[in-house]
Amino acid sequence: MSAPILRVKDLQKHFPVTSGNLFKKQVGEVRAVDGLTFDVYPGETLGLVGESGCGKSTAGRSMLRLLEPTGGSVEFDGQDLLAMGKRQLVSMRREMQMIFQDPYSSLNPRHTIGSIIGAPFDVQGVKPEGGTMKAVQSLMERVGLNPEHYNRYPNEFSGGQRQRIGIARAIALKPKLIVCDEPVSALDVSIQAQVLNLLDDIQKEFGIAYIFVAHDLSVVRHISDRVAVMYLGKIMELTTRDQLYSAPLHPYTHALLSAVPIADPDRERARERIILNGDLPSPSNPPSGCVFSTRCWKATDRCSSEIPVLREISAGHQIACHFPEDRSSATASSTVSGTDFTAN
Amino acid sequence: MSDVILSVKNLSVEFATEDGVVHAVDNVSYEVKRGQTLAIVGESGSGKSVSSLAVMGLVRSNNATVTGEVHFGGQELVGLDPEEVRKLRGLKMAMIFQDPLSALHPFYTIGEQLIEAVQVHEKVSDGDARARVKTMLDRVGIASAEQRMDEYPHQLSGGMRQRVMIAMALINSPELLIADEPTTALDVTVQAQILELLRDLQKEFGTAIVLITHDLGVVADMADDVMVMYGGQAVEQAPVRELFYQPQMPYTWGLLASIPQMHTSSLKLDPIPGTPPSLINLPVGCVFAPRCTHKDLVAGGLCLTTRPDLGAVSDTHASRCHLNEAQRIEIRRSRNIGKVD
Ligand SMILES: Nc1ncnc2c1ncn2[C@@H]1O[C@H](COP(=O)(O)OP(=O)(O)OP(=O)(O)O)[C@@H](O)[C@H]1O
Ligand SMILES: Nc1ncnc2c1ncn2[C@@H]1O[C@H](COP(=O)(O)OP(=O)(O)O)[C@@H](O)[C@H]1O
Ligand code: SF4
Ligand code: SF4
Ligand SMILES: [Mg+2]
Ligand SMILES: [Mg+2]
Repeated sequence: MSAPILRVKDLQKHFPVTSGNLFKKQVGEVRAVDGLTFDVYPGETLGLVGESGCGKSTAGRSMLRLLEPTGGSVEFDGQDLLAMGKRQLVSMRREMQMIFQDPYSSLNPRHTIGSIIGAPFDVQGVKPEGGTMKAVQSLMERVGLNPEHYNRYPNEFSGGQRQRIGIARAIALKPKLIVCDEPVSALDVSIQAQVLNLLDDIQKEFGIAYIFVAHDLSVVRHISDRVAVMYLGKIMELTTRDQLYSAPLHPYTHALLSAVPIADPDRERARERIILNGDLPSPSNPPSGCVFSTRCWKATDRCSSEIPVLREISAGHQIACHFPEDRSSATASSTVSGTDFTAN
Repeated sequence: MSDVILSVKNLSVEFATEDGVVHAVDNVSYEVKRGQTLAIVGESGSGKSVSSLAVMGLVRSNNATVTGEVHFGGQELVGLDPEEVRKLRGLKMAMIFQDPLSALHPFYTIGEQLIEAVQVHEKVSDGDARARVKTMLDRVGIASAEQRMDEYPHQLSGGMRQRVMIAMALINSPELLIADEPTTALDVTVQAQILELLRDLQKEFGTAIVLITHDLGVVADMADDVMVMYGGQAVEQAPVRELFYQPQMPYTWGLLASIPQMHTSSLKLDPIPGTPPSLINLPVGCVFAPRCTHKDLVAGGLCLTTRPDLGAVSDTHASRCHLNEAQRIEIRRSRNIGKVD
């Protein structure tokens, strides 16, 4: 296998929590991202899933240094990203781009889409052959926009079209990596499918690696080669797509997958369900030991005192748990299904 | 007692706007039986919410016109004195929304709001009302209900707020609950809790549910019957298994082919081209025609000139499409949609 395009080691991003007074005093911190380690290979898609607030977006931004990480290291194409100065970082950005969730707020409403898509050429001082306008129009064509709409403004486009604009801008300089943060979450299913297919085609055509951040597990399954499952700022399980979806070993992954309804009534009504108790704990006050221990049906004393480290338990399959699911016997769910509704 | 608690006939809602008339809901008819769930599914702007708000008598802006019939438990609601409808709301029929925070008052405690919901319809002492509220909060899975009653909405998580909304909606044991995207804003693990809760409460109280959603997984999980909406119209109506296994019209096919599935490895998605229509300038023919890839099979360009009726496919199944049965079977077979034998 070729060398990773991105190597992330023990990445951390903590936000200070301040008391709300005039003289702000730090009273704690939110460990939004708390020690992520993974590699991304050229041309592959690594899915990053987890529930709201688990740190997916913060992770995505920190690894591109759109947010300054609190700790850890990020190596892009063999170069230490965190050691780079401003100017070096800017020129590095042509290789690493980002696509955002909200197609409404991520585009400047006062700029024409021609200038939005062409901006990366200007910022990087790249003069495409035949001129910027021609390059932008061919990008528009590539993502399924009408090139004649070059001079229109974002508010004249639908959500799906705006997401295409964001994609055109991201691929303008043929980057090696794009972090896609919930790129289809705001879209209707029929439009979502169009954009997913477009992302797929573009990856094949240009060999771009994606980090695909999303909370929708069926979308992540569809697009990813490998998947990392996050919970409270940490990776719980990381393995190939097929391994993860057919034989999850971490109790949290298992519960998360079992919560997704299947669009097939017979299967849906026959399938195993694990109903977790309560809500996600606050990341400013995470549980001791294993962060999942307050909702895990397998938790023991060891779980609340000793942090399980992410370790490889078979080739390419990493998991952070003291008591992984046993795939040889029947599933553990019978002990936890049912309707025990305790919030918190 | 009739089996049917809610019967909607030829319901239409129009809004007069500067740009023209918005045909938000066009001639929609459906029935909901006691203790059963009807799912209304469709993309954003297809008229799901407006059709349900109209049933509840909640479409009240000056620019709105509501026509048609809404029989609820034998009573006709369209044209009824708004004060009478208001009395029914919260007592015999209730509604929960996607965003519970906007439906709860920020300055009153959870307890105050729930107690008010009881006392507005019934003369009950504060003590009795409080006891009833506590029981209901326990029932919907709010831990330490006594303490939570003294808290304000912003102090609760999204999942807890939705539980409070459900408690408020069900506190007077209504016969009908309309739930508009009740889990769309929630995480899947919390969605699973809330759907399970709705299912249990339905069994316990015999409540009929109209569940509005865009998530076909939720439909497969919860529905007895399904109505698919597109461009303000009901384009297909069927019992849930028939809808998924014998879907009859191209928009439904497109929806089913657009979703990535949890149980199949990634086949290429087969999306619907184009975008949904503007409800101001609806096409004269079939509302789906501009995006339909099968319209050329219909002779004489009929799809572009003539609106298909909602035709019966069977006693329980109706759809709007000019394709004949042989064509539909052939297309479903070639696109591998539903179950074709
Ligand atoms: N600027 C900030 N200051 C303080 N806390 C923050 C800040 N940004 C994010 N957080 C917190 O960090 C945690 C992770 O946030 P993040 O946005 O990365 O989550 P996410 O997994 O992307 O969630 P979602 O699925 O809702 O997008 C959350 O608890 C969030 O409230
Ligand atoms: N008060 C109003 N005035 C004008 N148009 C409205 C009003 N309320 C809703 N609409 C329009 O009615 C259509 C259907 O809306 P809605 O029922 O909310 O869709 P859905 O719930 O299916 O997403 C939309 O085009 C919407 O913009
Ligand atoms: S370490 Fe313990 S609490 Fe954490 S997931 Fe594993 S079994 Fe559950
Ligand atoms: S009536 Fe014509 S355009 Fe409409 S769904 Fe059927 S085939 Fe397509
Ligand atoms: Mg996010
Ligand atoms: Mg709606």
